[in-house]
Amino acid sequence: MVIGGGNAALCAALVAAESGAKVMLLESAPRDERGGNSIHTRNIRCMHEAPQDVLTDVYDADEYFEDLLRVTKGVTDETLARIVIRQSSSCRSWMKQHGVRFQPSLGGTLHLSRTNAFFLGGGKALMNAYYRSAERFGIQIRYQSPVVGLVCEGRRIRAALIGEPSAADRDDVRLEWPVRERIDAKTIVIASGGFESNIPWLTEAWGEAAANFRIRGCRFNRGRVLRQLIDAGAQAIGDPRQCHAVAIDARAPLYDGGIVTRVDCVSLGIVVNTEAQRFYDEGEDFWPKRYAIWGRLVAGQPQQLAWSVIDAQAQGRFMPPVFPGEEAQSLPELARKMKVPVAQFMETVEAYNASVVPGRFDHAVLDDCHTQGISPAKTHWALRIEKPPFKAYPLRPGITFTYLGVKVDEQAQVLGFDNVFAAGEIMAGNVLGQGYVAGIGMTIGTIFGRIAGARAATMALGRQARPQGILQ
Amino acid sequence: MTQASRFRSIMLSPAQTEGARVMGICNSCRYCEGFCAVFPAMERRLDFNAVDMDYLANLCHNCGACYHACQYAPPHAFALNVPRSLARIRKASYAHYAWPVALGRLYQRQGLLLALALVGSLAVLMFVANALIGSTATLGQQSFYAVIPHQTMVVLFGSVFSFAVLAMTVSAWRFWREHAVENQPGADRESLAAIAGLRYLDGGGEGCVEQTDAPSLARKHLHHASFYGFLLCFASTSVATLYHYIFGWQAPYDLLSLPVVLGTVGGILMCVGSAGLLVMRIRRDRRLGDPEQYPMDVGFVSLLFLVAFSGLVLLVLRDTEAMRASLIVHLASVLAFFVLMPYSKFVHGLYRGLAILKHHREQKSPNPLGLSEG
Repeated sequence: MVIGGGNAALCAALVAAESGAKVMLLESAPRDERGGNSIHTRNIRCMHEAPQDVLTDVYDADEYFEDLLRVTKGVTDETLARIVIRQSSSCRSWMKQHGVRFQPSLGGTLHLSRTNAFFLGGGKALMNAYYRSAERFGIQIRYQSPVVGLVCEGRRIRAALIGEPSAADRDDVRLEWPVRERIDAKTIVIASGGFESNIPWLTEAWGEAAANFRIRGCRFNRGRVLRQLIDAGAQAIGDPRQCHAVAIDARAPLYDGGIVTRVDCVSLGIVVNTEAQRFYDEGEDFWPKRYAIWGRLVAGQPQQLAWSVIDAQAQGRFMPPVFPGEEAQSLPELARKMKVPVAQFMETVEAYNASVVPGRFDHAVLDDCHTQGISPAKTHWALRIEKPPFKAYPLRPGITFTYLGVKVDEQAQVLGFDNVFAAGEIMAGNVLGQGYVAGIGMTIGTIFGRIAGARAATMALGRQARPQGILQ
Repeated sequence: MTQASRFRSIMLSPAQTEGARVMGICNSCRYCEGFCAVFPAMERRLDFNAVDMDYLANLCHNCGACYHACQYAPPHAFALNVPRSLARIRKASYAHYAWPVALGRLYQRQGLLLALALVGSLAVLMFVANALIGSTATLGQQSFYAVIPHQTMVVLFGSVFSFAVLAMTVSAWRFWREHAVENQPGADRESLAAIAGLRYLDGGGEGCVEQTDAPSLARKHLHHASFYGFLLCFASTSVATLYHYIFGWQAPYDLLSLPVVLGTVGGILMCVGSAGLLVMRIRRDRRLGDPEQYPMDVGFVSLLFLVAFSGLVLLVLRDTEAMRASLIVHLASVLAFFVLMPYSKFVHGLYRGLAILKHHREQKSPNPLGLSEG
């Protein structure tokens, strides 16, 4: 039995079916919304010793691991991380067998062409391919089947309790929901994601600020199974108070805003809060390396709201945002549209403009356009905000995923249980204790999904375990 | 840019406004970039005016791949449906570029138009054939010209066909006047290969989606059969015309003669292709297209099938009593086809070809945008 319907769940189900196991997959979402957060992804980070079809150059295991060490600041399990990295070099041929197709890196993502293989059509196309393959393999797929309870017996989980479809996007994870059906299984793979869609739960860590967060992924990741698993004795891993938060357009829908809600002009202008004050160096580093800290920065501002302000010089230099900015011919007019104090806004912009040291602007490098004698400084790409029309884009924290999960071993087995395996976001914290590097979520999900599926199948069929051999 | 097209760049129709909204969201996402030409063309723009939307709409081959891949498709609040949005604009663009302009509104009544064209053609041919009974007995039973004299055929079909060619030439000119871009070395050759090979009718390699999200190359193959079958039939008619005027050889020709072989092979290909396309169109997931365009699509492939099938029937029956009736039916379907050419789905090839020409020229010129990586 596989609980979940995203990338890790499907990888587990497919490998288990390939091994000859009878597989049932429980997806809490309806058919049209299946696939969890994976439908919003676009690539997978893969190591390779030489150029491979869509991947350029070389990205070896050590560099991969160093990247991981850098973003996690060492909060990773090296053994598990090395398994993920090693197998990431060969997993794509397996993915292709299941109908997944790849393409060269997308427009505006050349910086990822060496490290990340892009799915043709994105993550939803990938999930469609996996679901089609699952149907061909005879995997029983049950949509709208949220698991509301796990039946434990000592160190084993005997069965999952399926609730009404309406339980799929409810927040009360500890409540006893009506049970529609009990499904028994010999082994269970849990790939049901994190709890980022559960705003009351986020409030435990972030306080009332969480009410102003937007969730970049689906509405189904309420953490119901994660909670039950931890309550049943699984060992938790990952900081329960942390989540991956980026700055996104404040007008994004509460759920499923996905990639398009990003605002890519932060480094080209200045960012002010609702009190019209700047609060961080907008030009600290290239935007792809900085967008992930801005979620937290904006979360720390009043009302969890900030504005990225640019002038005509920035126009046409950044990826087109999905919502049009507030536009004005003068700065006071813009401030009024932003509903921030006009006098303070003018003071902030004038102080910033006065501090700009002229240089040679080049957005492709860390240029020498910076400020002097102002705090916070803007260390690169600092140009005066002076040419109308002026534009402002509202920013809010957008939550991508949470770090809290369950501890697993090299076999993806959940510590404390004999027949339970975990894959994907629910165990990603083992490898990615903090931070993020593009495409690693899909790598962890794919590799541990396959390990979990293979081990669960082997155990269910009563065969001798063949550690990882089955995957090669 | 002409005065009229400047105006059009500001005034978007409701369908174009929706298309521009959709493209605005797609342009921030770009996951579908590898499927076809539409998305790379979109990425060269930040805003979308009416001309841009007509261009992108005609570049779209309606393979449907991007609908199922879309993370913003219904039930998402953004409710993106790229294939349908572009299909709506495309159909309106056929009417917009049609010539004479007043006849553009025929695109709104495709079912009625098809029926009238068929009945009208049949009536004309039966009238001609009846008026001649007895007067051409000297030509013998097996001669097609005993039923409809050669001269009458030439005048009737020649004038209708010439008008169709004229109307479509003017339409093409009206389109290109708004869309022309500077030529680049090698661009047009690439375009021709893309057109001849239906490069963009395959969802990025594995084919179009039909009833489910599973891709299939069936539509591409059936389209090839219809298109090249049509060209073979056209070649057959051209060869027969040469036979008639240069060598003085009169139809019907021997079974192994070039016109009959070309026509037979072409007719079979067209029959298989159009019948297959018709079945696929009827079964296809309706969400992928514009419901208002359904009669146009179904009507057009049905007529194509009728032309091909009646031609093959004529070949089989040409030595029998039924030759006369089958000849009239075949000629009526061909005449109706000629009449409808400039005001039916037939023009999709015209505008799509020009849009592809524009696309490859554009792709070979420097990108006007210099966006930073995000």
